[in-house]
Amino acid sequence: MTAVQLPAFVPLLPEIVLGLGAMALLMVGAFRGNLTVQVVDFSAIALLVIAGAILLALPAGRLTSFGGSFVVDDFARFLKILALIGSAAAIAMSLDYTKRERQQHFEYSVLIVLSTLGMLMLISAADLIALYLGLELMSLPLYVVAASHRTELRSTEAGLKYFVLGALSSGMLLYGASLIYGFTGTVSFTGIAQAASHGGVGLIFGLVFLFAGFCFKVSAVPFHMWTPDVYQGAPTPVTAFFAAAVKVSGIAMFVRGAVMAFPGITSEWQQIVVFVSVASMLLGSFAAIGQRNFKRLMAYSSIAHMGFALVGLAAGTSQGVQGVLVYMAIYITMTLGVFAVILSMRRSGGMVESIDQLAGLARTHPMRAFVLAMLLFSMAGVPPLAGFFGKFYVFLAAIQAGFYILAVIGVLASAVGAYYYLAIVKIMYFDEAAEGFYAMPIGVRVVLGICGLFNLLFFVYPGPLVEAASAAARSLF
Amino acid sequence: MIVNAIFFYLFAGICVASAVMVISARNPVHSVLFLILAFVNAAGLFVLLGAEFLAMILIIVYVGAVAVLFLFVVMMLDVDFTELRQGFLNYLPIGALVGAVLLVELLLVVGGWAIAPGVGHAGSASASMTNTQAIGLVLYTRYVYFFEAAGVILLVAMIGAIVMTLQHKPNVRRQNIAEQVARRTTSAIELVKVKPGQGLS
Repeated sequence: MTAVQLPAFVPLLPEIVLGLGAMALLMVGAFRGNLTVQVVDFSAIALLVIAGAILLALPAGRLTSFGGSFVVDDFARFLKILALIGSAAAIAMSLDYTKRERQQHFEYSVLIVLSTLGMLMLISAADLIALYLGLELMSLPLYVVAASHRTELRSTEAGLKYFVLGALSSGMLLYGASLIYGFTGTVSFTGIAQAASHGGVGLIFGLVFLFAGFCFKVSAVPFHMWTPDVYQGAPTPVTAFFAAAVKVSGIAMFVRGAVMAFPGITSEWQQIVVFVSVASMLLGSFAAIGQRNFKRLMAYSSIAHMGFALVGLAAGTSQGVQGVLVYMAIYITMTLGVFAVILSMRRSGGMVESIDQLAGLARTHPMRAFVLAMLLFSMAGVPPLAGFFGKFYVFLAAIQAGFYILAVIGVLASAVGAYYYLAIVKIMYFDEAAEGFYAMPIGVRVVLGICGLFNLLFFVYPGPLVEAASAAARSLF
Repeated sequence: MIVNAIFFYLFAGICVASAVMVISARNPVHSVLFLILAFVNAAGLFVLLGAEFLAMILIIVYVGAVAVLFLFVVMMLDVDFTELRQGFLNYLPIGALVGAVLLVELLLVVGGWAIAPGVGHAGSASASMTNTQAIGLVLYTRYVYFFEAAGVILLVAMIGAIVMTLQHKPNVRRQNIAEQVARRTTSAIELVKVKPGQGLS
């Protein structure tokens, strides 16, 4: 018998806390019934905060465990914090929503926490098996929460559509992973990086399938078809979760997979990323113009934003990855803020989602209209708001890497995007006032306030975020 | 060696043929049965590789549990599969095009086939122990992370199934076994003396 040593568990502490906490909450909910929904919701937020605190308290530097399958570096820390923020905000915004829609299930928060656990595992995954397991653990709860309005046809349709297409994308990813394993003989990213330096058609074939699976999860063109329907059909707090935390984890997996596992054939995967990025920016910007439903519009907007973020990855440099990280950090604050406003579009008849219902918001709710207008300007990339800096860093990296055409297309696409963002501002400020909305619930108000302040005041002191992103990007190269 | 090769082509050939039948069979029940045949032949391939533990797991889990569940679902759902195939011909040209492109790409890959150096042949992990022992040594140590992660994924699947289907209906009378067992004659039966001609008031 060979001596067996247990792997180090310290780097996994945040994940262990989330996993055990989720199971404890599940027990509380199962034994106490739906009376404890509020308790479970608040405990879930507390759990996410505790996991974040433990993550920050971990020893500095690069920690690995399980033979290199699990890596905690600055890159992982940065994105994990973003994912935790996105998940906590999704639960905070759902507090009032589920009560009003009579859809109170304690399982909702538990599933969000379990999905976040999957995200953390995905962000730290440094081999193909860990990546796949993290991805599935992240995705399975998403299918369920998307369909959690069982009585509503739109919601069940969204859940089913997401599930079927998600299973298909998992299949493609697995097929690519098996080809890569077949051609390199290893599943670990560092091992693949060594073997991949020779290149070879078979490896690139596997890479294409792997990237197809990645694109699916970040809803980049040409694998974006599910996004508008799922975003529109899912309950609004769930859509906010999809647009913020899930996108962050998807981009994390994309960047780590491309940079860590295939540094030797960067020029090959750059072609794919450039195409995906250009196509996403253009389709997202043009297709959003005709949309009247706010959630559907946000779906196309998120497709375009993924295109912008991937511009940084296409550069393939440390600056490029820094740009992606800064972009994602700013992107989740903009998205969560806009979804907070969508969640507050409730009047006597129930929730409304059409953009036209925002008419004259500046007169009925001047503060809300101002913050939404500011967030939309930020999304369009108007200086000095935060969104401008996000775009600035990715385009700068692309120009430094010599991708001039890509940067020019990006700037043009963001000009097209500005049109439909400004169209909403015009409806709010210059159209006949419609009936006012109810007062904002407290959770939504907090999220909107924080996101608004961040976007408005980011230019005053951008140093810490940019520095953290830079350190995170360096830890990958 | 020649026996090995004969069995390899036998298992592999039946496996591919039954995989084709899975997607081309008209009757969905036949599809599932061909799927089981494919699983059994894949298990045979594992045995040829010397991975007898994986072969048994494949039989027990996939044939014993998964395929039988498939069969139940197919038999219980009243899906008209001929109707589902109605639009099949409309998509045939584009499907054939995509299939042809994929086939050409696969041929290119096989043309450029090169396994990375240092990849050995599959075989038993060690001469001094069985496969089962070797897996047991690493499953809960080196690979405990994957094992536990898979466990959490299954937990999520269970929660998901319950969330999607469980309905709390009010006014449903449930069986309380403890109460039934604890029943005594005194609480269940009331003896009343009825005088003739008076009845119960």
